[in-house]
Parts: sequence; structure tokens; C-alpha cells
Amino acid sequence: MATRVDALYFFLVAITAFFTILISAAVIYFAIKYRRKAREEAGESVHGAMWLEATWTIIPLLIVLFIFGWSTTVFFSMARPPADSMDVYVVGKQWMWKFQHPDGHSEVNELHVPVGVNIRLTMTSQDVIHDLYIPDFRVKADVLPGRYTHMWFNATKPGKYRLFCAEYCGTNHSGMGGWVRVMEPADYQKWLAGAMGTGTMAQTGEKLFNDLACSTCHKADTTGRGPTLLGLFGKAVALEGGRAVEADEAYLRESIVNPRAKMVRGFQPLMPTFQGLITEENLLLLIEYIKSLKAVPSNATGIVAVEPADTGTTAAPAKK
Amino acid sequence: METAPTLHANYLTDGFGLKSWLLTKDHKRIAILYLISVSAFFVLGAVFAGLIRLELLTPAGDLVESDVYNKAFTMHGVVMVFFFLIPAIPAVLGNFLVPLQIGARDLAFPRINLLSWYVYVFGGIFTLVALVMGGVDTGWTFYTPYSSAFSNSNVALVVVGIFINGFSSILTGLNFVVTIHKMRAPGMTWFRLPLFIWAHYATALIMILGTPVVAITLVMVGAERVLGLGIFDPKLGGDPVLFQHLFWFYSHPAVYIMILPAMGVMSELVAAFSRKAIFGYQVVAYSSLGIAAVGFLVWGHHMFVSSQSVYAAMAFSLLSYLVAIPSAIKVFNWTATLYKGSISFEAPMIYVFGFIGLFLIGGLTGLFLAALAVDVHVTDTYFVVAHFHYIMVGGTIMMYLGGVHYWWPKIFGRTYPEGLAKVAAVVIFVGFNLTFFPQFIVGYLGMPRRYHAYPPEFQLWNILSSAGAALLAIGYALPSTYLLWSLVKGKPAAPNPWGAKGLEWETPSPPPTHNFTATPVVNEPPYHYAK
Repeated sequence: MATRVDALYFFLVAITAFFTILISAAVIYFAIKYRRKAREEAGESVHGAMWLEATWTIIPLLIVLFIFGWSTTVFFSMARPPADSMDVYVVGKQWMWKFQHPDGHSEVNELHVPVGVNIRLTMTSQDVIHDLYIPDFRVKADVLPGRYTHMWFNATKPGKYRLFCAEYCGTNHSGMGGWVRVMEPADYQKWLAGAMGTGTMAQTGEKLFNDLACSTCHKADTTGRGPTLLGLFGKAVALEGGRAVEADEAYLRESIVNPRAKMVRGFQPLMPTFQGLITEENLLLLIEYIKSLKAVPSNATGIVAVEPADTGTTAAPAKK
Repeated sequence: METAPTLHANYLTDGFGLKSWLLTKDHKRIAILYLISVSAFFVLGAVFAGLIRLELLTPAGDLVESDVYNKAFTMHGVVMVFFFLIPAIPAVLGNFLVPLQIGARDLAFPRINLLSWYVYVFGGIFTLVALVMGGVDTGWTFYTPYSSAFSNSNVALVVVGIFINGFSSILTGLNFVVTIHKMRAPGMTWFRLPLFIWAHYATALIMILGTPVVAITLVMVGAERVLGLGIFDPKLGGDPVLFQHLFWFYSHPAVYIMILPAMGVMSELVAAFSRKAIFGYQVVAYSSLGIAAVGFLVWGHHMFVSSQSVYAAMAFSLLSYLVAIPSAIKVFNWTATLYKGSISFEAPMIYVFGFIGLFLIGGLTGLFLAALAVDVHVTDTYFVVAHFHYIMVGGTIMMYLGGVHYWWPKIFGRTYPEGLAKVAAVVIFVGFNLTFFPQFIVGYLGMPRRYHAYPPEFQLWNILSSAGAALLAIGYALPSTYLLWSLVKGKPAAPNPWGAKGLEWETPSPPPTHNFTATPVVNEPPYHYAK
């Protein structure tokens, strides 16, 4: 993907050079040829020409429309993470990056990924707006408090690549950076084995799910006071008032911190808010746990299973 | 033809006490009050720029603390954007020349004009007080929730300062619109207006329609910060991205508040120093209005990586390409104006050549940023910093200086030293390119903006940039010095030293208090040079 971005970039450099040289040459040529030769001399009476105005309107217009079409095509493929992506969760906070892998590894200011694999980042911020930027992969996306943004890449060469915070976030903004370490699959497996976590994110999430007493209401069957969460992720949920939403990460997060924002049809507003009571990392653990609940419910009270909706969110591309 | 300026009564000799200046209702004197105050703010903004460039000489953040650095780039932006670039050409040159060029005695509302200046100074004082009390560290863009909930600096004071200052802009805009509609001399039809007037008319519309939006947005930031009203902070149920929409709804058109008047000056200078009518006069005039109108529809291009929907991004990208077309048309027309002209090379014309070069690069690099796929990589890096400095500094300041030189004999009745002025114009052009061209490269290589410390691989480009800034400082110091010198020692100026067309050249230099001894009657097209 980075090569596609660079191809467009260098095309734009060529366009810039062409027009800069063209106009500069014309200016210099006219300035010399028509320099004032007598003190009282005036220029000739030339007031304009519609054919010229039309020419230098239509040609630039066609050029910019071409650039627009090209760049938008590339952008759309940058914005859509492929379905077979490996998930990594990111929390930005003043002034560090925390990366959580579904298998339970978490790391600070370093992100280990295997080469040649599509990596999809789901990102949020604990405080102000940050922005995760990996220049070599040509990817960048804002990381916002209170919502999830996504970006993806596919690193094609092992090595270490800089990552930065690209949205000004206060005192130590320029210190909020680190490295992406792209590893051969074998080395990556070795790294995984070496840095043993305390169980997968879903396992830790399950523990949290019980500790926070979520399990009292959200049961595996339909007997709970809350809707069952089995097979919920990626499905459409019917809401009070007739609307339906897709159960994506953003919906799950909102339903935890602000349960009354979108009430599932047929349920009472009994759940307390967890706003301010749970960290962004723990929210991600809960979400990863809910995502792991794959089983399809036998009879659907709260959850109406429709087809999985398409995820089209902000994000970005991949690597040279 | 030759009139010694000291011999005739003029607006400068019409009262000498401080009171005669501070209570003046004469647009020409108010222009000079603005000239003094925007120059003071320019020097202040330049000092902060100097501090930034000194810090960035080395990769480590070793000259000042991070907080000091962050406050320096914030104050550089706030002072330069709100207190220099936005008022510079309209409030100084526009104030002086709009009535003169349309053959009027003054602006429509002379008292409101004076009020604008006081409002501007009052807003400036708030900002200076905030600076003295420890400064502000949010960046000039005040992104929430950092500005509204996290920053420990004087955000509220600065926001109030900018809010107040906004009214100065609105009042000036209002004055220009009414004046241009109602006070044109007999025979001065819309299509006989100088293009400087068309540009100021378009600018005034943006000032009136856009400024209230940023004013109320900043009030909301203050309300969230001081009163805890949840508007932008998600912890209070707000939306941080909403701030960016509101902020850029004004602050993108504000770029056109800065560049349209510069384009107006450009048209005047090209015509005067080619002694030729502007090629495609009507097209250039309408393109100003086109820029003002479409300019309101492109704010989302500041937000391509902000989590904005991909379809919104696509629409904003397309509209951004469309707004580039009228600017391109202007450049082609200015170039064509040189064809078969009678071109001379006094200092203002050197600024014209400099403007074309810098504006070309500034404008064409805008195509990179409007391209969604490329913007993702280069936004929030030094590429963007370089791009907008090419437009604002390379465009606006080049034409501000070009215009100040061109009308200096008219404003003060004195000529400036021509040789020195040419040298200064060249030094500024070279210094500017050395400062900002390396920033395109280091931005493409991935250096984020607003970085106090940076990775060592970016140092070479930063050293070049800082060296350029030193040269640029010399370039700016030169006119500051010789222009002041010329007030005392400069040769008296003739009413029309350039042999230029336009009503302002048909009255003595400096003009009398009421501009014209008899109401001028216009009976020829604009820029009527050819016999």
C-alpha cells in the first residue's frame, strides 16, 4: 500500500515541478522580452481571451479530477481493513502507547507484529486526542477519547520502524513515540513464547466480567435481566424505538459506559453506568471477551440476528 | 505634477498631538494606527519563531523545557494568525486604500472604523496578559478536550482575547461592504473597480459570515473549561471532533481572509509595473468571489484522519480540488498580463516575482494535501507546516511588503531607497525558501509537527531551516530599518511616482484629509494604460 501512496506522491511532485517550471519560464521570458525600454512607455492593449481562460480552467480541472479519482481509490482500500486481519488493541494516554494483543501480551511504546500479516488496530484514548502515525507504512489515524478508531497495515519487510504521536497532546507530546518491530513468523512465535502473558485478553476479560458482576444479568441463556451476549458481536441489534445498530466495538463500549444511550428492545433500563469506573484497557478486555462468545443463541429474545453489517470506518493502509 | 509633500496640507499635518491620532476618524490615520500595531505583533510573533528554530537546531530538547517550547509555538501561531496575518492587508492597506480607490472621502462608518482598532488592541492586550501570566500551550488550534479539560495554561484569557479581536474583523468587513456598495464615485461602476477592491469585497464577506462561528466556538471552549458544560469533552457527554468542525468552518476560510487581499495587491502591482490592463479582468474579479464561496465548503480537509466518515472525506477532497481552480486561473491571468507589457523592476515588482514562485509551490502542494491517500501520510507533519507557510508567508507577507513599498510614497509622501529595497526583497525570497523548502522534505520523511525533540535522522533538514530563518530575519530587519529612515530622510514623493492608474494616484502624496479636492468622476475602464 505504501508503494501505491508513493506512486501518487511522486506523480504530484511531477505535476508541481511541471507547472512551477512552466509558469516561471513564462514569467522570466516575458519579463526579459517586454522589459520597459522608454520611461513613458505603456503596455499594449490586450484585455483577455475567452479561449485562453477556458483552456486554463478546463485543463487544470481535468488534472485535479484525475488526481481526485486516483487518490480516492487508494484511500478507500486504505480505509477498509481486510476481513482476515489480526487484531491489536491500542490505548493512548499522556504520554505513552499501550498495545494489547488478544493472546494477552501487552506492551508499551513497542508493537511486535509478524511480517506479511494484515494487522488491524482498534484504538482509543484515555484522555485527550492522540494520533498513531507510522511513517514508513504511510498510515496515520487520530486516537480519540470516548470512541474507537481503526487503522490497518501489512508490513512486508522485517525490521524496526518508528511510530509517533502526530496529534499535539500536551507537555511531552514529542516523547510519545516508539517502535514497530516487524518479525519473521518464527521470530514472532519465539517472542510470543518468551513474553508470556497472564492468559488471553478474552480470559482476563471473562474474569473481569464476573468480578464486575456483569454475569448476574447477562447470562448464556435468555433467563437474565439483560440480553444474552452470546454470538452478539457483528450482528444487528434491534433497539427500543424500532432502530437497529450493528454490535461493533463502539456499540459495546457505549453500552458499558452509557447503557441507556441505546436500549435493546424488550429490556428495562436497569444497568448502571460504568463511566469513569473502568479503564479503557479493561473495556477492551471486556469487549474481547464478548467477541469470543461465538455460540449462536438457540432462541433470540433480545438479539435479532440479521446479516453481519459492513464495517467501514476511518483507518489506513499498509507497507512497502 | 511635482508637489512637495511638506508644502500642501495633508492628513498627516492635520493635527499633531496624541489625541489627534487616538481619536481620529480618518481612515488613513486609522490605517497607520493599524500599521504600528500589526508591526508590533509581527515582531512578537517573529521572536517566538526564532525561539522555535533555535530549539530545533539540535534533535534533543535542550534549549528550553517542553512546556516553554509548546507555549512558544502556540503564541507564534496565535499572534501571527489572529493579530498579524488576518488584519495585516485589510486593516492597513485596505483601510487606507478602499476609500481612495473608489473615490470616497472615507469609509461608510468612520467611528466604527476607529472602534475596530480599539477592539483589536483590547483583544491583543488580553492575549499579551495571558502571555505575561505564563502563556498558553494548546497550539493555536485549541483542539478539545486538551484545551477545555486538560491544559493547565491560560486558555480562557487567550480565548477571550481572540473572541474580542473577532469583532474587529467583523466591523472592518461590514465597513468595507457598505462602503464599496454605497460610496463609489460617479462613473465607478462595479467593473471599473480595481481588483484590490474586488478582493477586499470578497474578504469582507468571509469576515462577516465566518468570524462569528469561531467566536462562538471559542466561547464554548471557555464555557466547558470554566463552567464545566459538556460540549466537547466525552467525559461530560461531549464530542471532541465537533470542535474541529466548528473551528475549521471559520479557520479554513480565514486562510482566504489572508490570501485574497494579497491577491488583490498582486493584481494592482502586476498592472502597475507592466503598465497594462490585467488580463481577464472579469475572470479575476469573479474568481475572488468563487474562492470566498467555495472556501466555506472545504473545512473537512483538515480532518481526513480525525475519524470523519470516508464519504465526507471524499466530498471534502473533491471540493478542495474545485477551490484550487480559481486560484490557478488567477496565476495564469497574472502571467498573461506580462505579455506585451512594459515591465520595470522596482522593488514591488521583485515581490511580485517572488509571490508567483512561492504561491505556485504553496498552491500546488495543496494538491498533495487534498489527495486523501497522500494526506494521511503528510498531514500533521512538517509538510503541512511548509505548505501553509508558503501560502501565508510566501503569499500574504510577500504581498503585504510589496504593497507597503508600492503605496509608501502615497501614504507618507516619501520615497524609500530603491536599491536597498530590491536587495531586501531578494534576501527575503531566498531566506524564505531556505527556511521552508526543507520542511517539505522532512515532513515527507515523517517528522511530526509541534515536536520539541525529534529523531536525529531529521537534523540536517532542521539545520537548513534554522539557517534560512536567520537569513529571513535579516531580510525583514532591512525594510523595518530603511522604511523608518525614509520617513525622515526620504525624498519627497510625487503624486504618481510609478506612472500608475487608479484614483489614489490622482490626489497628492500624502493625500489631503478629505482625500480629493473635488469628487472624482470616472470615465474610463480600470488599468487604462494603452493609448
